[in-house]
Amino acid sequence: MLKSRLFAALTAIALALPGMAAHAADVKLNTTADHSKFKELQREFTSGPEVTKACLTCHTEAALQIHRTKHWTWEVVNPLNNQRLGKKNVINNYCISTATNLGACATCHVGYGWVNSSFDFKSQENVDCLICHDTSGNYKKLPGGGQPPVKDTENPPGSGKIVKAIDLTAIAQKVGKTSRDSCGACHFFGGGGDGVKHGDMDTSLAAPDKEVDVHMDATGLDFTCSTCHKAPAHDVVGSRYMPTGKDSGDAHMRGKVNKSNPATCQSCHGQTPHKAGAQPAKLNQHTDKVACQTCHIPEFARGGVPTKMHWDWSTAGKLSPEGKPMLKKDAKGHVIYDSRKGDFVVAENVKPEYGWFNGEVTYTLLGDTVSKDNGVTLINALGGSASDGRSLIWPMKVMRGSQPYDPVNKTLVKPHVAGNDDTAFWKNFNWEKAITTGMQAVNAPFSGQVDFLKTEMYWPITHMVAPKDKALGCVECHARGGRLDKIQGIYLPGRDSNQWVDLIGWLAAGGTLAGVLLHGLVRIARRKN
Amino acid sequence: MERIYIFTRFERFWHWTQALLIITMLVTGFEIHGSYKFLGFAQAGQLHTSAAWALITLWVFAIFWHFTTGEWRQYIPSFKNIDKVIRHYAWGIFQGEPHPFKVTRARKHNPLQAFAYLGVKLLINPLVWISGLAYLYYNELGAAGFNVSLGLIATLHTIGAFMMLCFLIAHVYLITTGHTVGAHLKAMITGWEEAEEASGKTH
Repeated sequence: MLKSRLFAALTAIALALPGMAAHAADVKLNTTADHSKFKELQREFTSGPEVTKACLTCHTEAALQIHRTKHWTWEVVNPLNNQRLGKKNVINNYCISTATNLGACATCHVGYGWVNSSFDFKSQENVDCLICHDTSGNYKKLPGGGQPPVKDTENPPGSGKIVKAIDLTAIAQKVGKTSRDSCGACHFFGGGGDGVKHGDMDTSLAAPDKEVDVHMDATGLDFTCSTCHKAPAHDVVGSRYMPTGKDSGDAHMRGKVNKSNPATCQSCHGQTPHKAGAQPAKLNQHTDKVACQTCHIPEFARGGVPTKMHWDWSTAGKLSPEGKPMLKKDAKGHVIYDSRKGDFVVAENVKPEYGWFNGEVTYTLLGDTVSKDNGVTLINALGGSASDGRSLIWPMKVMRGSQPYDPVNKTLVKPHVAGNDDTAFWKNFNWEKAITTGMQAVNAPFSGQVDFLKTEMYWPITHMVAPKDKALGCVECHARGGRLDKIQGIYLPGRDSNQWVDLIGWLAAGGTLAGVLLHGLVRIARRKN
Repeated sequence: MERIYIFTRFERFWHWTQALLIITMLVTGFEIHGSYKFLGFAQAGQLHTSAAWALITLWVFAIFWHFTTGEWRQYIPSFKNIDKVIRHYAWGIFQGEPHPFKVTRARKHNPLQAFAYLGVKLLINPLVWISGLAYLYYNELGAAGFNVSLGLIATLHTIGAFMMLCFLIAHVYLITTGHTVGAHLKAMITGWEEAEEASGKTH
């Protein structure tokens, strides 16, 4: 009796299960909106702005939110020193500046059509939603206008290379949250190629294993960029222009108002993150002086993609005997010379350099006086010291290079490098022409003289956090000649000592030993007598 | 031969444990200091800290023992006959003369020895102990508003360590200066001191 009832019940469950499962599979649990079901998106789109207009019919505030962000303006004023920064303004020692090169650079702008100063920053439909919210991986924009190719397009014009059209309807129907892929489509390729710029960001972070990044580990914690870089009102936190040098706050708590940067390590891990291991208390005592990243990112460019460490523009422009631009590659196939760009040094698994950093960054901008007499010009000088109470010891990628400047006006210059015209350096290999065009476009004086200046740019390293068993051991720093050998202003056990105390101490110990040995020898000698 | 039970069981336990811990701390401490590489900084640091806590615990017991037994009186300094002891180590010992100091239960240490141990207890130990705790709790000190530089703390700690090292070297040598080379060592192991037979040589 009991048995048959049990059997009936089991049968009923077995029969019901497939139906329930099928029903559950229909429900998308990662979103409340299936964009393919929206009528606004069930149509053909012939341009990017058309898609944006469709988005805005529901997301009425989105474009206006974007307008407020530096992803849109490429401009930000640092309130600490009133420097006008952002991609629009700064000069770096990679491709140097955006200015007249927007046609190439602005393919990564979150807008459509920024090629020169006539771009309408008030336009809502010029906001490019898809560049961040595409989940298909098929979205792309063409240089020279930043529009998606809605039909097969020859690019660059006259090159014979055809860029296949993309299906904007399919892409629009699949929009979703940002991902490592969507952010990475631009940020992995900063500096003009995979891993070039940051050192701690490249395509290896698209689906990294635990060894490369413990948080983004695709089969583990699987953080996206926005897990840390939260984006209230589309404004992504965690800025390179105004970073948090030292977060002394506690871990954020859900529901508790906290205005500190939510992208720092401390905003989740707090000030005493070490709970287990040999000496958690001793490790926790380091957090007031040493950035988490210093121990937990033992090397950057760990994912198999090299990063550029040195870029010498002064050797650019050498052509082959046939007058053609050249490419030289190293044994691994990485470009180490390009006629358009000069000599490169690339590296993988790079040990960072270290320095005090309090979050203050001072750029050398157009118009600032630079001189060869000063040795190396710092593209972005980092503030910080042992004594200011606001600094931690940070790991850095230091990008070194040599770049054109105006030796008469003593300023950095913004050369016109990209473009299909008769002054662009990458086409004509003539610095005077390229710089004349570039400087005219930003209304800056140029003497006509070109020389090259050694520059350094600092990149505090924060991604590619290794698993804890790969964190630095004590002796990496606590030794003479260790990683922190050059760090000033602190007493570092194992590295530092008072030389007088050491000298007198060892003399005293040695003297005592010599004394007792002598005493003993005399005793032995006397005893034999 | 006269035998005196001079070192009690606790005293011997205290002495040998302390010896082991102090040697451990010197070896690991100078590695932390950067003088050489042996165990590795991490292991040295960990062992140094563990040994420090063990030693502090031992010292707490030893101090308690000294006061409850009245044995602290052994270290009351005295200049009486100190000249004879100095003369012995500088001269008499080479002539085969017996030690001028006669060990008794009430006075285990010769005046020079008592001075040396008092120095260890009142100068070296507190210096090492206080600077060591300050080193260990440097962050907490800072948080409490005592902005002492770690360099100063470490330097004082190092000075203490060098003093302890010098003491250890001299101490290890001086235990060979009993009436036989092993007499003092044996006493610290068994507790029994075999006093020299009175032969009229005593000063």
